[in-house]
Amino acid sequence: MKPILQIENLQTHFFTKAGVVKAVDGVSFDINAGEVVGLVGESGSGKSITGFSVMGLVDAPGKIVGGRIMFQGEDIAAMSPQQLQSLRGNRISMIFQDPMMTLNPVLRVETQMVEAIKAHDSMISKSEARARARDALGLVGISAPEERMRAYPHQFSGGMRQRVSIAIAMLNRPDLIIADEPTTALDVTIQGQVIHEMQRLCEVTKTALLWITHDLAVVAGIADRICVMYAGRVVEQGPIASTISQPLHPYTRGLMGSVPSQNRRGQPLQQIDGMVPSLLNLPSGCAFQNRCAMVSDKCLSEIPEPIDVGEQRLVRCVNVGQEPAS
Amino acid sequence: MTAFILRRSLQSLIVLFVMSLLVFGGVNMVGDPVDMLISPEADQMEIDRVIRDLGLDRPVTEQYWYFLVNAFKGELGRSFIFGEPALKLIIQRMPATMELALFSLLLAVVFGIPLGVYAGLKPEGKLSRTIMAGSILGFSMPTFWVGILLIMFFSVNLGWFPSTGRGETATYFGMTSSIFTADGLSHLFLPAFNLALFKLSSVIRLARAGTREVILQDYIKFARAKGVQESRVIRVHLLKNIMIPIVTVIGLEFGSLIAFSTVTETVFAWPGMGKLIIDSIYNLDRPIIVAYLMIIVLIFVTLNLVVDILYSFLDPRVRIKGAK
Amino acid sequence: MSNVTDAKPQATAVPASGLKKFWADFSESRLALFALAVFSTILFIALFAPWISPTNPYDLGSVDIMNSRLPPGSEDFAGNVYWLGTDGAGRDMLSSIFYGLRVSLGVGAFSGIVAMAIGATIGLAAAYFGGRLETIIMRIVDIQLSFPSILMALIILAIFGKGVDKTIIALVLVQWAYYARTARASALVEKNKEYVEAAQCLALSDRRIILSHIMPNCLAPMIVVGTLQTAHAISLEATLSFLGLGLPITEPSLGLLIGNGFEYMYTGDFWISIFPGVALLITIVSINLVGDQLRDIFNPRLQK
Repeated sequence: MKPILQIENLQTHFFTKAGVVKAVDGVSFDINAGEVVGLVGESGSGKSITGFSVMGLVDAPGKIVGGRIMFQGEDIAAMSPQQLQSLRGNRISMIFQDPMMTLNPVLRVETQMVEAIKAHDSMISKSEARARARDALGLVGISAPEERMRAYPHQFSGGMRQRVSIAIAMLNRPDLIIADEPTTALDVTIQGQVIHEMQRLCEVTKTALLWITHDLAVVAGIADRICVMYAGRVVEQGPIASTISQPLHPYTRGLMGSVPSQNRRGQPLQQIDGMVPSLLNLPSGCAFQNRCAMVSDKCLSEIPEPIDVGEQRLVRCVNVGQEPAS
Repeated sequence: MTAFILRRSLQSLIVLFVMSLLVFGGVNMVGDPVDMLISPEADQMEIDRVIRDLGLDRPVTEQYWYFLVNAFKGELGRSFIFGEPALKLIIQRMPATMELALFSLLLAVVFGIPLGVYAGLKPEGKLSRTIMAGSILGFSMPTFWVGILLIMFFSVNLGWFPSTGRGETATYFGMTSSIFTADGLSHLFLPAFNLALFKLSSVIRLARAGTREVILQDYIKFARAKGVQESRVIRVHLLKNIMIPIVTVIGLEFGSLIAFSTVTETVFAWPGMGKLIIDSIYNLDRPIIVAYLMIIVLIFVTLNLVVDILYSFLDPRVRIKGAK
Repeated sequence: MSNVTDAKPQATAVPASGLKKFWADFSESRLALFALAVFSTILFIALFAPWISPTNPYDLGSVDIMNSRLPPGSEDFAGNVYWLGTDGAGRDMLSSIFYGLRVSLGVGAFSGIVAMAIGATIGLAAAYFGGRLETIIMRIVDIQLSFPSILMALIILAIFGKGVDKTIIALVLVQWAYYARTARASALVEKNKEYVEAAQCLALSDRRIILSHIMPNCLAPMIVVGTLQTAHAISLEATLSFLGLGLPITEPSLGLLIGNGFEYMYTGDFWISIFPGVALLITIVSINLVGDQLRDIFNPRLQK
């Protein structure tokens, strides 16, 4: 299958007064058409910035300083603002974390949906755009869409608002949707519904999905492949089943160990000791060195390159291939 | 919605009532109302007549009742100087003041919002810094002093605009105003700009603060993520949100425009009710002062009411709450 | 006051040891430092006007009507140079401005202090005692603040007539509500802290708790409001005096000087009203800039 999105050595840096923050520093991964990729990491690992880089929505003082983002054969990182704008919400859409904040409080839902259609099809009539918006609301499971469209965002519950955001993201039948922690702010029961809804819609429409989250359980449930980010780099990526059952990078292993699981009932949860290093001055060598149990001299001096371990898996760790210490 | 308007109207009536008590109390407290309200030159017969008319020979509570009844009938005494009903004199001058205040408000909004939004979008830019420095100056400069500078520069030195009076007026649609003639407009411009400057500064500050806050919100980013044109993001998503505080403040500040027009009208000899009140204070023409006071209180209370209702139209969140 | 600070090291007030940090914060803005220097100069001039003015503009013996309306830099027959020219009566403008600053600052500062004392007392009492008293006080404050200050002042002067005392009364009546609101707001925060409860348990008198425990912790916001309000009071007094409703001719403030020069404007003798205006503007702007910086320092939301 041909990838629709190829991120190659992406570098997005923030030029702050305190220094250069390398939020994304050499990220590479692909997404195939219709595929669901989970991008996992702690807050501050650069996963959201990766998503915004693909959208061309990195706010100042941030800037894409290197690498390529090839989308259907074109480099997003080199596009003009006009090209980006016609791409956004059209071929690539995004869903945000907090549904309470993503819809404009003073505009009717209808207005916010119709403008998304009109932005990419200036010829469409108002009534036709309305009809499309209404159908999209119906698709995400909002009853009486005709009436609900006239309402303002605050008249919807959190879960309903996220459904509205999903409907907006799907309005123009995009090829790729970037979902930035879309269920984190929701109640657990609603989370399940929204995840299910997204999964179903993407399957039906053959839309590729980049699901950004810190929640491994969610990714395990829906993703085909997983990318684990740490301190601005992808430390491990591969198909979901093999990566989760046999994590290779010490960080991924740590993450897996900190997820409560039925199988290890009664045993204490593991945790990763220490803190994420400041992105302002990363240590030379591997960024995970200060928290890693297998740290060696090599880890302190060189940044590990991605190693292909077969089965489409890549790991950035110098110890890969050796037996895990534990 | 109707319930909300009714409730707010009732509150306004209460404030009006309290203010009428205060004005009445003020007049009675400071000195003998006979001295306050009757011309010092009046003879005994005249004094007796006015005392009877105003009910000044009755007990205080009854006097207040008379004051209220008379105020409702629009009888707030006769001017010592002009010999005409005070209310009539003020209402005659009101269009000139309103014209000045409204035109100033227009200037403040038309220039203030774009400048403020620009300064908010590019807070580090050179032009933005200039705008903000200008607004600090506009805040600090006393209105009368700006007026003098304007006259010196644009009237005396350059001779572009006349410095006094209202100029030629014309009447269209039953409205007599200077804005309908070129001469009137040229007379209007300097005083209106003078009066607008302070408001311009506050509109710039509000628009800038609002922009800086709103532009960081997720819904702005989401609008961009939808591929909405940047101009529409600013025009619709940003502007509609920052308009809520701006409309509130503009509405409330319209009253202060009318108050500050006393200064501008004096500097530019503009024949409005502001100049009338200053002249009346010089001349100790108390009925006009009392009448002006009641009118201005009425204007303020009405403004507050209108702003609250407007606010609820702009912010759907308030509207729903108010309806419940 | 030190025992209070000891018990409460995180207090927002400025303890003696915090003076250094306060100064470091203040001097972060070079504009604010410059403004402070300018204001200090103005204050010095105002305080020592009688000793540093070239002439005494109100000593009738030294004023010669022959020297009226001399342009800036002129010299009279006696060899005196009038750097800023003379007014319609032949008074030296520079000296008039020095004396005018004295009057303007004096009236502004005095009314500010009185208004602060009255407003703070009322605001603190409202916050401390709460209940109906607080409701009534804050209602009055709200209503008064919804009226523009110029209007309030005009009404008061219209009723009482003009004069130094009347002007100060008007300025105080206009300003007290701002102080009351500020004092109440910060006192409400302090009131619910544990040290006030502790003081109440010790059965200290209300007066003592308010004055020596709550008030020191409300000082910072009061100073900020006080600075900005004083600039406002000076501006307002100038406006009233310009309109001829404020200070009498015997106490010529900057506003009065500007008003006197206004009629000469049309004949091109700009200096008679422009120079006092510039002095007024510099005074107000420098106070405002200092106040803005103080506000930024004391604003807990902006603290790093």
